[in-house]
Amino acid sequence: RRDVLVLTPWLAPIVWEGTFSRDILNAQYMQKNLVTGVVTFAVKKYWFFIEGFMSSANKYFLAGHQVNFYLFTDNPEQISHLQMAPENHLFVITVQNHSQWQDISMSCMDIISRYIRSQFQYEVHYLYSIDIDVQLFEHIGVEIIDTLMGTISSWQYTARRESKSYETRTESQAAIPKEEGDFYYTASFYGGSVAEVYKLTRACFKGVMEDRENDIEARWHDESHLNKYLLYHKPTRLLSPEYYWDEEL
Amino acid sequence: RRQDVLTVTPWLAPIVWEGTFNSEILDSAYRPLNLTIGVTAFAIGKYTRFVGHFLESAEKHFMKGYRVNYYIFTDNPETIPNVQLQPGRRFVIVPIKKYPSWQEISMRRMEAINKHIAETSHREVDYLFCLDIDMVFYNAWGPETLGDIVAAIHPGYFNVPRSQFPYERRRSSAAYIPDGEGDFYYGGAVFGGLVKKVYEFTKTCHMTILMDKANGIMAAWQEESHLNRHFLSRKPSKVLSPEYLWDDRKPKPPEIHLIRFSTVDKNYKEVRD
Repeated sequence: RRDVLVLTPWLAPIVWEGTFSRDILNAQYMQKNLVTGVVTFAVKKYWFFIEGFMSSANKYFLAGHQVNFYLFTDNPEQISHLQMAPENHLFVITVQNHSQWQDISMSCMDIISRYIRSQFQYEVHYLYSIDIDVQLFEHIGVEIIDTLMGTISSWQYTARRESKSYETRTESQAAIPKEEGDFYYTASFYGGSVAEVYKLTRACFKGVMEDRENDIEARWHDESHLNKYLLYHKPTRLLSPEYYWDEEL
Repeated sequence: RRQDVLTVTPWLAPIVWEGTFNSEILDSAYRPLNLTIGVTAFAIGKYTRFVGHFLESAEKHFMKGYRVNYYIFTDNPETIPNVQLQPGRRFVIVPIKKYPSWQEISMRRMEAINKHIAETSHREVDYLFCLDIDMVFYNAWGPETLGDIVAAIHPGYFNVPRSQFPYERRRSSAAYIPDGEGDFYYGGAVFGGLVKKVYEFTKTCHMTILMDKANGIMAAWQEESHLNRHFLSRKPSKVLSPEYLWDDRKPKPPEIHLIRFSTVDKNYKEVRD
């Protein structure tokens, strides 16, 4: 691929179709016997997306490798029987719901970090957070596995007037100075080693809490905090917008 | 940004060329980690004559601003010159035995490095580079080279089809690579990575070298052949372009913008005897 940037200035590969061989990667990954976790939230009306997400992820996400799906929901009764591939497992975890959806998305970071500490660190090597209102149409494989992974938001790649961008108000913990920033990352799909995801979610939640105390809320909520974190803790691997394309575009 | 060369392997390891990275960003990520970088180099017999120039040039260009330990393996400690080092940088002589032939000396490096890591350097360094001594640094070699498992592309074979790579082609050797296989031809003069990883792969290479010895065979390019066999199965996480392993006798092609580390011109027959 010569038409796109395939390597960041800090030598992290940017994964685009055509830059890698999944066969070679699978062969290397198989040697290591790794377990990957996926965290996703289906709160309030979002239970509707569970079936679509789970059936497509079960089929296309790291197919052939061991994946533990951790589904946080306030509506466990709504989950009909989901057929899982033999190497995958589904864990349904009940959570309380909050009044506003921003609150839910902000507390996701807190929930993830707490569960890593109490449970996930013993069960998986790598952990990915994926929004539930997502359907996979193509295989997503081991090319995503690395210490700290961010996905470039598709919003950066369009000419939409209301382009997503960093929080600039210095009162917020998520503020990024004007001339800075490498890429705009989406909070819908990020992950890495369990240790790195722990650090990231703790840092983001801390930023969220401090903002709340100062009565300010970042423009794109947890995504703004994520972008601040990844600016100062550079990801070791980036996924191109091919990996998360917002249907609204 | 470089569009004239491959900058990422099919297994998503970066290939480091001038223009692909920003040293400031890398320094700001690595400096705070307070790392110590180790370097092993073998100066056996007449090869001790290269130590002075190697170290002086390393002081100018290798990992500036980082703590560095140079481990010079030699059978001849008295002939090693005293080179002035920058603060935070140390020089250690590791006495070793001289083997009768230059090929044997070359092949025993894997064992010596492995043993030294287990006994000493695993406690002293985070990353370790194993370099040939008959070489000189001409330009910056920095944290862009750090990675879990690092190999360098041999300058003679970076622009050449795979069928021409001088892999060991005899099936009876443990370093055998069949036709049609192989990613790159890596040079034996430069390899490295996390000290733990270097320990692992020097052990494996030494094992395959011993297997060949037991079968009365010696690989085409000694431990370089075994290194290539190893890196075919366990791919490096970072690959250095030939800027990091150049041969001054070669004319500089357009893809090479900068020569960082290169051979010293010498009379092979005379110095190997």
